[in-house]
Amino acid sequence: MKRKCLAVMMLLAASIAHSSAENSLPPDSVYQLQVSLEDQRGEISGLDRYKGQPVLITMFYASCPHVCPMLVSTIKLTESKLSEEDRADLRVLTISIDPERDTPEKLLETMERHSVDANRWSMVRPEPGDLRTIAGVFGVRYKQLPDGQFNHTTRIILLDRDGIQVTSTESLGRHDPEFLQAIEELLH
Amino acid sequence: MRKFAYTVAVGILLSGCAQYSQANEFVHIPSGEFRSVIPEDEGDNLVAVTDFLLQEAPVTNGEFLQFVLHNPNWQRGTAVSLFVDDQYLSSWAGPISLGSKARAQQPVTQVSWFAANAYCESQNARLPSWYEWEYVAAADDSEPDAREQPEWRQKILSWYSKTGGDALADVRSSPANYYQVFDAHGLVWEWVDDFNAFLVSGDNREQGGADQLQFCGAGAITMEEKENYAVLMRVAMLSALEARYTTRNVGFRCARQSELMQ
Repeated sequence: MKRKCLAVMMLLAASIAHSSAENSLPPDSVYQLQVSLEDQRGEISGLDRYKGQPVLITMFYASCPHVCPMLVSTIKLTESKLSEEDRADLRVLTISIDPERDTPEKLLETMERHSVDANRWSMVRPEPGDLRTIAGVFGVRYKQLPDGQFNHTTRIILLDRDGIQVTSTESLGRHDPEFLQAIEELLH
Repeated sequence: MRKFAYTVAVGILLSGCAQYSQANEFVHIPSGEFRSVIPEDEGDNLVAVTDFLLQEAPVTNGEFLQFVLHNPNWQRGTAVSLFVDDQYLSSWAGPISLGSKARAQQPVTQVSWFAANAYCESQNARLPSWYEWEYVAAADDSEPDAREQPEWRQKILSWYSKTGGDALADVRSSPANYYQVFDAHGLVWEWVDDFNAFLVSGDNREQGGADQLQFCGAGAITMEEKENYAVLMRVAMLSALEARYTTRNVGFRCARQSELMQ
């Protein structure tokens, strides 16, 4: 896995957004980053697929035995604390750090297994060469282990409607009251 | 023939860049195995490195100036704050001028990982991985792995103990190492591609210092090279950085896949 071909690396660097004068996004919006993400239906979009709505973002991998299911359940738990009306406006984007194995089929299966709302959730995989850049933008650290598993930090990030990172939590298995409050403030 | 090809490639890249005289050549680093301070797996810290090309010196202010001249989106004041913090290139006199405080042959610092990455891409290259960097930096001037030698360690530790207030020397001011690579130690710390692969909790870093670094999940770093504080300090430093951070001590150099590897 350490061997990354040149083409992949070129893709990575080439994908860093080059903002321009006509770019109306705030300079610290994560939507400045131009990347290609494939979702559980095989559809391609950018990081900004939910632009205009508050979004929870996390990085995970589908074959993860322990931590990642907890990430998903933590987000579901947090969502469940919202009113139905608020929840309808919130979006969730989970980005795979294992794009080679997390095919659209695998991602769809993961979504179904966790019974998440496919109208508001997407699970996506990036181009392998974009992974370090995406992780860099979200402050997520990860390392692939020789057995194919990953060590990674479990950060859930709240984006506002323009893609600015409002706050994040690393709380797992329970909802973080301050994080929940930040979500509610954005939704109101 | 291979050497010739590299020279031509570098020559093309540098054409039109009259600001600095010496090309920052890519030197060939042969394959090998070494014991890393960061094992890939528990209990086994032997790491294999495939041969690759590495720039012989850190990227200089002069070289980075050429880059921002051709890539205005990376100029200070224009580069978006998602990718650089507010100290980006702040030692330069202006967005496209070095001024008197930043010499063209000094290593560029106050560059973010995103900016370093974009520079290397512009050179048809990439940042080296941590293992690649650590492998090359294990050398002294006569052998590939000098880390067991007290003199090697002492020399590096004495650099770390210096106060950070001195102006940086020009690149290539010290002799090259075994691989003909300059300034692996003693000048600046360097970004690596996978700088965010070190999983170190802030608490451990604060409480225990370098010998208590831990990966989440897979146990502590096995400290086979525990006495190698010089390298562990790099790990501690990199683990404290975010990709948009810039500091006065962190520069970078680029790497490429070896054309031998097909």
